[in-house]
Amino acid sequence: MIEQKITDPASIFSREGRSKLFITGSEAVREAIKRANVDMAIAYPITPQSESMHLVGDIYAEGYLKDYFRGENEFAVMSAVAGASMGGVRVFTATGGPGTLRAFEMFSTWAGSRLPIVCAFLTRGVNSPLTIQPDTIEMAYLLDTGMIMLHAENAQDLYDMLLKAFVVAEKTEVHIPVGVFADGFFVTHTRDYVEVAAAEFKLPPYNPYSAPVPVMDMENVPIRQMRDPFVMKSNFVSYATHASWQQEVMAAAERARPYIHRYLDGLLEVETPGADILIVASGTAVSQSREARAMAAAEGTEVGLVKIKCLRPFPAAEIQQITRNCKAVIVPEFNRVGWLCREIKAVVENNGKVIGAPRVFGGMTMPPELILDQIRRCKA
Amino acid sequence: MSKRNLCQISPGFEEIMPAEYRDLVERGPYGKGWGVAEMGSFKELIEEHPLCAGCGLALSMRLILVSLPSPEDTVVVGSTGCSALAFPQVALHNIHSLFGNQNAVASGLKRALALRFPGRVKDVVVIAGDGATCDIGLDSVLHSWFRGEKITTIMLDNEAYANTGGQESGMTQRGTVLNMAPKGKKFGKVAVPEIARESGCVYVAVTSPAKPKNMEKAVRRAVLLARDLGPTYVQLLCPCPTNYKFKPNETLDRIRDQEKQGHFRPREYYTPEAEAFIRQLEEAKG
Repeated sequence: MIEQKITDPASIFSREGRSKLFITGSEAVREAIKRANVDMAIAYPITPQSESMHLVGDIYAEGYLKDYFRGENEFAVMSAVAGASMGGVRVFTATGGPGTLRAFEMFSTWAGSRLPIVCAFLTRGVNSPLTIQPDTIEMAYLLDTGMIMLHAENAQDLYDMLLKAFVVAEKTEVHIPVGVFADGFFVTHTRDYVEVAAAEFKLPPYNPYSAPVPVMDMENVPIRQMRDPFVMKSNFVSYATHASWQQEVMAAAERARPYIHRYLDGLLEVETPGADILIVASGTAVSQSREARAMAAAEGTEVGLVKIKCLRPFPAAEIQQITRNCKAVIVPEFNRVGWLCREIKAVVENNGKVIGAPRVFGGMTMPPELILDQIRRCKA
Repeated sequence: MSKRNLCQISPGFEEIMPAEYRDLVERGPYGKGWGVAEMGSFKELIEEHPLCAGCGLALSMRLILVSLPSPEDTVVVGSTGCSALAFPQVALHNIHSLFGNQNAVASGLKRALALRFPGRVKDVVVIAGDGATCDIGLDSVLHSWFRGEKITTIMLDNEAYANTGGQESGMTQRGTVLNMAPKGKKFGKVAVPEIARESGCVYVAVTSPAKPKNMEKAVRRAVLLARDLGPTYVQLLCPCPTNYKFKPNETLDRIRDQEKQGHFRPREYYTPEAEAFIRQLEEAKG
């Protein structure tokens, strides 16, 4: 193993003393995992995620991780990381698009089993027809699995959010999985400046006994879990047990809010909150919105920008308050269904002012002019 | 920790602990090395169970748990099915994750325990039904064998999806009429033992609870070999009175009849290394 010094998470997260690398999003994943003190990573290839897990394999070979292997498919990989996590180690994996859907049954199981797994979702369109193009539609399906969902705008976010995800996920009162999402290709396959902490440092190790559920290691008492298995019983106790546990998993995500505030500086970021026209976006749509905002400013139109960093738990109260007095809310998205627009509409008072456009999908890019068109329409 | 007391009672709580917990503390099998010969003289790891009268699976589970060489350091991974209803009553750490992912979960678990407890015994034993092992989970079962994961896979073969109402499985015999096979099954039992032998298992045994001593030997060999050499597989015929419509007291007779008729063939396969290892182990034990 490579010798690294364990240090306080705050010093790894600090922007002080960082060096600047010109790297791809996939390489940003490698840099984060190198410093995350991950015990084990399990990989399965799918474009656009593959390169990130190749690179994690490379740092395993260099001695940054203790174990790494390629599983047989995404469902098996998500199952194997669950087994490893139940066994008490810190694990990492990544997938995207069709891989996410292949593995889907496991995500609710991770949350229900209170496993602090961190998974990078490097998003892509789903079939049919066959596509290997950028799209964020899989996020629509993942909104209600119980996991915490962070959405990176760029490679810097991806690096920072991955490292912070482990710390948030492993808090005893949270202890549920965190998905860190980045728009495939746009973030994974392009180069950008990323400021990284010194590689001689790593996060403190995971303490398996901080888990709110028993670690499956036969080091703590294996009492009978229940006197009467409720799984097949139709009675109030069985309903109440399942219902209360689902509520507990939801509550665990709620209990993550203060940590997301502490480590990610809030669930969202706002520029010019008092503007009449607000753009609310997440992921690379934020970057495109920033361009459009500058173009609008050149035309003399002031536009506010809300960057949502955390989708689960959702910053509902914050969005409701920020949008209360504006005249229009523009929600640009990289998917067909407009899942973010639905979320926004559900919390904005007077939601007729929410505009679900522009919306591009199937691999299309989102020129800022499309967003500017919406801004001009709001003005008209 | 193999010989230390896993279960204890804090002073002052002796009276209020449930009777079966007190039994485990006072007469439990952890670290004792007991087996089938001692059955009836100690508190077994399974406490009651909700399975049907005469269930072959229940009998097999009881015997498997008695046969484990180091129950105090064994974690079981199960799968959806009848056995999942009994596992909550078992005093070992046991995981039910989903239907068919048991060998993938076990792969991650075994590697995690190997990292956390280097040089110590931590056995991971998969116990799942024929549907979970041969059908929906076959992919992960095979790949765990290909990768050489040091886990034991035990199939509770009741030749049907019993828990969902008696549907045909890959392990159902040819011609059997069951739900989803209204005109009789069109193909024979999948040759999982031979597939296991060719897929990296160092030891394979086909046996049944009709011969408890024989079954105990197979389970012990499988767990001990998986600890040191590689994946092992045990297939247990566990007839299902509920779905095959025979009387609960006929379960063992049915196994014997099946054997007599040639439908059930107990067998064992070893690699040469496994055979030498077992010979050495059993000679040392006398």
